Amino acid sequence: MELLCPAGNLASLKAAFRAGADAVYLGLKNDTNARSFAGLNFTPEQMKQATKLAHSQGRKVFLTLNTYPKPGEESRWYQAIDLAAQLQMDALITADISLLDYASRRYPHLPLHLSVQASATNLAALEFYQQAFNIERAVLPRVLSMKQVKDLAKNSSVDLEVFAFGSLCIMAEGRCHLSSYVTGQSPNTGGSCSPAKHVRWQEDGNQCLTRLNEILIDTSNIDQQLGYPVVCKGRYIAENESQADYLLESPTSLNTLSLLPQLANAGICSLKIEGRQRSPVYVEQVTRVWREAIDSYLANPNAFTELARWNETLAKVSEGQVTTLGAYERQWQ
Amino acid sequence: MKISLAPINYCWEKTAVDDFYQQATQSRIDTIYLGETVCSRRRLLKFNDYIELATMLNAHGKNVILSTMALIEAQSELTELKKYVDNGEFSIEANDMAAIQIAQQANLPFICGPSINNYNRASLDILHKMGMSRFVMPFELSKAWLDTVLNHPNRPGFEVEVTGYGYIPLAHSARCFTAKHFGLSKDNCETICRQHPKGILAQTQEQQSLLRLNGIQTQSAAHLDLTSEIADMIAMGVNFFRVSPNDIHDIKRADELVSLISHLKNHSDEADNKTTSSNVNACNGYWFGQAGLQQV
Repeated sequence: MELLCPAGNLASLKAAFRAGADAVYLGLKNDTNARSFAGLNFTPEQMKQATKLAHSQGRKVFLTLNTYPKPGEESRWYQAIDLAAQLQMDALITADISLLDYASRRYPHLPLHLSVQASATNLAALEFYQQAFNIERAVLPRVLSMKQVKDLAKNSSVDLEVFAFGSLCIMAEGRCHLSSYVTGQSPNTGGSCSPAKHVRWQEDGNQCLTRLNEILIDTSNIDQQLGYPVVCKGRYIAENESQADYLLESPTSLNTLSLLPQLANAGICSLKIEGRQRSPVYVEQVTRVWREAIDSYLANPNAFTELARWNETLAKVSEGQVTTLGAYERQWQ
Repeated sequence: MKISLAPINYCWEKTAVDDFYQQATQSRIDTIYLGETVCSRRRLLKFNDYIELATMLNAHGKNVILSTMALIEAQSELTELKKYVDNGEFSIEANDMAAIQIAQQANLPFICGPSINNYNRASLDILHKMGMSRFVMPFELSKAWLDTVLNHPNRPGFEVEVTGYGYIPLAHSARCFTAKHFGLSKDNCETICRQHPKGILAQTQEQQSLLRLNGIQTQSAAHLDLTSEIADMIAMGVNFFRVSPNDIHDIKRADELVSLISHLKNHSDEADNKTTSSNVNACNGYWFGQAGLQQV
């Protein structure tokens, strides 16, 4: 079972490997990946360095190419595929049909992982991508229950990767327009949900108003710890109500430590840690906990117990310091 | 350009659905999509009910397409989907890759619905080779985007449909927001969404209407209206202008649009028929490459 960690830059990549990551995923410094925040990501030269470093330590490095090319601008995405092949990176994580087609025809030896942005949540969708483009692995969106994950894993002809820890996306990924509806920038094309330039925190007495493109997403006490403002985790007033409430979801992070044995039993091949936009310290702390947990499970599967200090460390770096099993737990749905 | 009617996104009572499509038979709407696309727990109408409605509409000269679910998670939903694809008579609108896979295996043509991630011409051409006869533009894309897709490198071999009127489905989740709002779990939801045939409006804390909760679907609170852009769409070669209904009166509205299109076709020399929407909560931002909620 692979531990796959985020690398927003070289410092995070080194931190991830130091703490025991088997593989990292990273993106280029442009809109070809869905975390195109300023100050993040890799130049082609840094990517070369990253790949070299990973391979010298026997680790893997995957290129995230998870936005959809705009018509007339495809060449940037194609060049990224060429570069990944040339650097002998270990896989390409992508969602767009034309990119899967390009990569599978030109570089049949470059493993393809279906990005979560493709939103493949069922057996027929996985078969589609496997038969058409020979994908080796698919990343499952965070909308399936544990039973549904198990059913898929039992029958799927491709390897499955799941999100194990990090910010919780509650919508079918890749098919959510909430950010573009409010800001005009789409994660699918522009590369990020709630782009930083549209975020504004405004003090009003002892209140903090969180605005996204001037739309009021939430109001909180000034001393409250705030998560990153996304539309789905705001507080709104429902029809016939007077109080604002988290109508969709509250700021919270996904933590599946308690599901580790079930995920391993189901044959999930990779556990993904979310957070390329987070600091190297976050990457190191989270990776260390998960490395220890996976090793402890593998050493003695029947005696696995979650340690309180693991969950304490993870809670500290979680949104609102709260964690959830999200859709894995049927009751949440 | 013709008018099409999108599937009903809400959980309406069976009698209301029957009335709606009875009225549609009297309209001049060309193409009607129908079926449950949001939640498989909504069982007020079953597969056979939709086939009956489709047959009835077809007998009245309507082109009928069966729309399939947007978020397919369980094996039981795949089994149901297979029934739709294999219906033997009507084409399907695929709203998930699963439907494309099953249609392709059966060697059947399909229409790509708006929730399939189609963001460039190369991908559309690949799907066209696989059997896609028409595609509905994803909601968040613009006129400029469509213009590029239609003209580079050449006119495509598939038809194009643009959603021009209705509330925009913005996202789908495993979680049922309607059930959650009433303290119910999805597994014991009592189909509470049937009590909210237009969804539940959500406002910001500054009383700005922002979202509309419709079961596992989140919609825009603002109403998309691209009526003023119809002349441009005709000139661009858009084949269908899609009306997404939220009320039985939308059939009358769709009929008016049929008249408007025929008027524009016959009077193409007239100045642009630009009108602004009378709806105070209208939006058209996506079409102009801006935030979807904006009214340009």
